[in-house]
Amino acid sequence: MHRETDYSGQPEVLAIRGLTVRVEGAPAAAPPILDSIDLTIRRGETLCLVGESGSGKSVTSLATMGLLPAGLKVTGGSIKLEGEELLTKSHGEMRALRAARVAMVFQEPMTALNPVLRVGDQILEVLELHGRGGAGAREKARDLLDQVHLPNIDRIMRSYPHELSGGQRQRIMIAMALILDPALLIADEPTTALDVTTQKQILSLIDELKHKHGTAVLFITHDMGVVAEIADTVQVMRHGKLVEAGSIRQILRAPTQGYTRDLLTAVPSLTPRHARCVEDGREGAPLAVENLGKVYGARGWFARGEGVAAARNVSFRLGAGRTLGIVGESGSGKSTVARCVMRLIDPTSGRIMLDKADIAQLSRAQLRPHRKAIQVVFQDPYRSLNPRWTVAESLIEGPVNYGTPRAEALAEARRLLGVVGLPEDAMERYPHMFSGGQRQRIAIARAVAMKPDVLVADEAVSALDVSVQAQVLDLLDDLQKRLGIAILFITHDLRVAAQICDDVMVMQKGEVVEYGPATDVLAAPKHAYTRALIDAAPGRGWDFQNFREMAASA
Amino acid sequence: MSAAADIAAPRAGFFSRLGAAPRVALIVLALIVLVTALSPWLATHDPKAMDATARLQGMSAAHPLGTDNFGRDLYSRVLIGGRVSLVIGVSAAIVSVLIGLAIGMVAGFFRTADGIIMRVMDALMAIPAILLAIALVALNGPSIGSVIAAITIPEIPRVVRLVRSVVLSAREEPYVEAAIALGSSMPKVLTRHLVPNTLAPLIVQGTYILASAILTEAILSFLGAGVSTETPTWGNIMAEGRMFFRLKPELILWPGLVLSACILSVNLLGDAARDMLDPRLKKRTG
Repeated sequence: MHRETDYSGQPEVLAIRGLTVRVEGAPAAAPPILDSIDLTIRRGETLCLVGESGSGKSVTSLATMGLLPAGLKVTGGSIKLEGEELLTKSHGEMRALRAARVAMVFQEPMTALNPVLRVGDQILEVLELHGRGGAGAREKARDLLDQVHLPNIDRIMRSYPHELSGGQRQRIMIAMALILDPALLIADEPTTALDVTTQKQILSLIDELKHKHGTAVLFITHDMGVVAEIADTVQVMRHGKLVEAGSIRQILRAPTQGYTRDLLTAVPSLTPRHARCVEDGREGAPLAVENLGKVYGARGWFARGEGVAAARNVSFRLGAGRTLGIVGESGSGKSTVARCVMRLIDPTSGRIMLDKADIAQLSRAQLRPHRKAIQVVFQDPYRSLNPRWTVAESLIEGPVNYGTPRAEALAEARRLLGVVGLPEDAMERYPHMFSGGQRQRIAIARAVAMKPDVLVADEAVSALDVSVQAQVLDLLDDLQKRLGIAILFITHDLRVAAQICDDVMVMQKGEVVEYGPATDVLAAPKHAYTRALIDAAPGRGWDFQNFREMAASA
Repeated sequence: MSAAADIAAPRAGFFSRLGAAPRVALIVLALIVLVTALSPWLATHDPKAMDATARLQGMSAAHPLGTDNFGRDLYSRVLIGGRVSLVIGVSAAIVSVLIGLAIGMVAGFFRTADGIIMRVMDALMAIPAILLAIALVALNGPSIGSVIAAITIPEIPRVVRLVRSVVLSAREEPYVEAAIALGSSMPKVLTRHLVPNTLAPLIVQGTYILASAILTEAILSFLGAGVSTETPTWGNIMAEGRMFFRLKPELILWPGLVLSACILSVNLLGDAARDMLDPRLKKRTG
């Protein structure tokens, strides 16, 4: 998708000049939330606003919609929509403008739709609110749902949001956004909550409708892959400032700013690493899983029928010092496997050999001595540490459980903080005083403190910004080299999997569809689903690290 | 960022962060507690001493609030009676919170026990609290202990439900699962990770139970199913006074007034505690 369209002849739809937003009542010396942002989008153009969390990209879009949260205030600049100043408009005028001339699509379609109303009624409501109800309204709604390629429109209109999939809900959001033919569509991370294959469809849908309606699109994302797929022009933001702006090709091929280069080089490559030499000769694998199965809802007094199989016949071996990636979309059963292996849930069938002992059917008490050998790092760094405990308390919890004297455990914890790259004074601080990446380092230190043979990383870097993600992946790699830990890496992100895994197992609907060395599975996939996954990875046409397009894309 | 405030703040200037109404409530409650605690010294008469020559008197220097139909000093009876009422209220609140916490933890954490425990609690809740209390007092005889038990038992299911719901959501938190993976024993996970989550809602629930227990005690006494009239409580002073209501309404007015002030204060403080412990509400107010 390398467009060469020149939009300079098109009329400007959105023109932001010198937009500055500050926290209300903050001292004048405090840095503003947005610092004189300039931005222009022309008719039919897609502008991607890229940045990491806290860069101010969402604040820019909210200011445009007139929806800044309480406490934030525009202190300077102008926002012009088709030549008309928005900042001086009253609340009532902005309300009439929203949906009619500026529409927005959010990240999470489930919370953006009203769960107790049928989606058909919600779409019609938009028309009614803007005085376009009546006879033609239903036809108009059906037409839009048709344009977003939803099947069986009558059934969809009668459905409640929870009866639809995430992709379908996002299509409805897009239909609602475009139904009044707005001049500007603001899409704030609209595909971040979706699976890759769905993401690909939604991205091409937005692109298609943009061409059809001539809408200008302000697309906000943190994902360079998505940028490569959809952008005409790109603006990179950091700490509320504009870092660099340019056409998609300029930015991806010849970024001038260091920060843009950092962002691009931090995107993990899709080319898989080479598996490290196998040392399976010594003592066998620390973790081997045979025919693992987990069925939900089959037992119990009122259970009917078979139940739902979240995992079926999963088998794998994980050697010391190696990394196995379990890759799949939501509902594939990858997390079920991880939680079964951890024995956080009880598997229905199969064997889990942890250091030659089968832990699949052990009781809680019998499990205790084995817990030490297998540790976990979770996805959400904000919830994986007890907010009421100091870092030191969290770090020594495990070792103290297994009889290490407190003083010794504390000394070890201090050393581990150094290993994961945190200062010593972190010991006495509470989790909320750290950033997401730092907390994830603490969680890793807590796991490593147990000297485990196996570390389960359940989407451990998915909630982090790309640059932080790269650092945490490096840390895991480094720890693995030093300590010889085997890592079971659960992820939905093929790029991450390609970077860190020796072996890859692809799962779909609870079953393993492909399992083998990463170089085979990711570079020469045999199964159609694996191919579809790789094909859907955003930005696969670009080699971001080297600022060029992929040679001959496979 | 706001989490910082949540943890550090409750210690810093509790009183200064209260609104006007809760401040008054705190002062009123403190006064009531102080006065009832010192009642043996503040009382001017023996609350049980009858005086046939001084029946149903009005206010006077000897009897600040007058006397009842047996010539007993109303002022002394209200003071001494407050002691029993408050002891019953506080004990019922503490005991029902502790028992409810234990049962709720088990129900929330162990799925197998959950079904049975919650059905028993549902059954308890289905019986009207006053009827259950009257039945329990009738079974055990009208002592302070049996009144406390009679008030406590109907309150337990409410606490259990509250604790269970908190535990059900907290046990899914990754830090609890991480603790299990770190080999922490069940009692340790429960007490160190889960109990702290329940404290905020329990403090609030406790104040409601305290208020309703004082009220229930009064109702039981009023119905004649409470502590025997030998021991004055706010409830049975009013119960006895109702026969002379047309003749001398102060017999109900004074204990009723103190009782209302006490319950209103406790409830106001409970609401204030809820607002203070709920980070979402706090953000909105500033």
